[in-house]
Amino acid sequence: MKLLKSIGFYALVVIIVVVSVFPFYYAILTSFKSGTAIFQVDYWPKHFSMFNYRMVMTQGSFPLNLLNSLFVSSVVVVISLFLAITASFALARVKFRGRKLLLLTILSVSMFPQIAVLAGLFEMIRGLGLYNTLWSLILAYMIFTLPFTVWVLTTFMRDLPVELEEAAIVDGANSWTIVTKVFMPLMWPALVTTGLLAFIAAWNEFLFALTFVSNNDTRTVPVAIALLSGASEQEIPWGPIMAASVIVTVPLVILVLIFQRKIVAGLTAGGVKG
Amino acid sequence: MTGLKLTEVRKSFGNLEVLHGIDLEIKTGEFIVFVGPSGCGKSTLLRLIAGLEDISGGTLEFDGDVVNHKSPAERGIAMVFQSYALYPHMTVYDNMAFGMKLGGGGKAEIEKRGREAAEILQITPYLDRLPKQLSGGQRQRVAIGRAIVRDPRVFLFDEPLSNLDAALRVQTRIEIARLNERMAETTMIYVTHDQVEAMTLADRIVVLRAGYVEQVGTPMELYHRPANLFVAQFIGSPSMNIVPAQATRDGDALVVEPEGGRKVRLDGGGKAVGDGPIQFGVRPEDLNIAGEGQPIFEGPVTLVERLGESQLVYVEQPSSEEPLVAKLPGHLEVERGARIELSAQPGVVRLFDADGKAVRL
Repeated sequence: MKLLKSIGFYALVVIIVVVSVFPFYYAILTSFKSGTAIFQVDYWPKHFSMFNYRMVMTQGSFPLNLLNSLFVSSVVVVISLFLAITASFALARVKFRGRKLLLLTILSVSMFPQIAVLAGLFEMIRGLGLYNTLWSLILAYMIFTLPFTVWVLTTFMRDLPVELEEAAIVDGANSWTIVTKVFMPLMWPALVTTGLLAFIAAWNEFLFALTFVSNNDTRTVPVAIALLSGASEQEIPWGPIMAASVIVTVPLVILVLIFQRKIVAGLTAGGVKG
Repeated sequence: MTGLKLTEVRKSFGNLEVLHGIDLEIKTGEFIVFVGPSGCGKSTLLRLIAGLEDISGGTLEFDGDVVNHKSPAERGIAMVFQSYALYPHMTVYDNMAFGMKLGGGGKAEIEKRGREAAEILQITPYLDRLPKQLSGGQRQRVAIGRAIVRDPRVFLFDEPLSNLDAALRVQTRIEIARLNERMAETTMIYVTHDQVEAMTLADRIVVLRAGYVEQVGTPMELYHRPANLFVAQFIGSPSMNIVPAQATRDGDALVVEPEGGRKVRLDGGGKAVGDGPIQFGVRPEDLNIAGEGQPIFEGPVTLVERLGESQLVYVEQPSSEEPLVAKLPGHLEVERGARIELSAQPGVVRLFDADGKAVRL
């Protein structure tokens, strides 16, 4: 029975891994093929050609799109973390009327489907004169990054001991010093996690990126990949698409691997009796 | 350096008033202990003095200046928290230096004072460690060091020993007493629910109950002349035996007959109180079985707790559920079930009227 259980468990693990990793693995395989080899089904690497990568990186505006994506995602992370930290301090530590309502409102913002806010947001961005700039995307992405960063950080900050804050007040620290010098160093795990999630969300976003930017040079990669075209209308350039997908995915994987090691649990251990 | 004066200080949380007008004067350099059962408002009062809570009414003065609306840093207080509240990501040295750095002190000055405080508290070897690498006692010493370094006008302790084990508690208590001698000019206020800490450390004790001051006095005043029943039972361990009694005047003297006990004649007591019901109090350590003084109570022993140098003997009383407690020398042989007679000198008897107020004889 016990054996059966563990067999079942590992079978499930294998299925999940295959389902989630295999497409990516196949994309990598395909990206190294060229010509008609792309249409042969292989499960092990047989061909190794950098042709598709050279294609993607030299022709068209893909390198620029990559930089755009990097810029947009990084700025989104920085701004949303800054806003979320300051907001969560107020929401977690300052008592004021309507605090709970405000928190629920922030949460409910993330429940609207993107398509529902698209038209209104489009008008707003036109009105602000941000259309066809990267700033339109940065503004739009805050809609889905801020609710969860604010929520996660508020929960985290609420759990930090009140005495720490009071000790800092006695030491003569103002709110800004408390947030930056006392709370932020303790919140690294939460900051890294939420920052990473915000980065990934912004990096992958498609609908806003398609709508608010119409110029090839200001596009971000998800849209750029979708719009990659071959020599003719009928030809879909599978090779370059796969190469581009790999290029886009690898930084995320690397980021997650790096920060996974930085997420140290129990950073708050020792400061207060607990 | 700093004397405090509290006038009609009140604190409410919403509609609930937890401190009902506290009047208190604290002299420069005094060691004051706030003591009382949980929920009596002692920690709240300390936090009002610290500036961590707003004062709802009344005034708080430091050296004659009203400081009601000043921040803790402006008041110049330092506080040691029950949970230590060290910054977990900073080394011991940085923990101590943090406040001074914020205050804009010179680097050399910070270094000098940090080293000095570390020297006093014997934490010099740990200066580069993080709080999580220290034991509970060391952490609390760092917390005290952080307060010393700030060279405060008023030094506040919020139950600093309650997280330590028994042995460490005694040791740290002695260290705090030494610190008080060393910083003779600094006013210290200490909150505890432990009356041993209160008795051993305090110059004066403030006994609080349910948001009112019950009595203020030196430890010995509180022990020998409690103002009321509450203080009488709160100070001293085990607490004072209280037995309902009947008082009858006999000329100048007062004859008191506790329920289930014998009459005690108190000379000069006739002026203090009239005939009628009264509360009769006697401390366990004032009772003896050697017949010294006057025999008062008698009954079977229900329980004996041997503490070594002394023993606590519980004697059943026909009139009440609560047994009498007597603290007797440890070398005496007292068996459970034996009937014993408890005597006391008439001078140690305390009387309280129907409202619980002490009757002065």
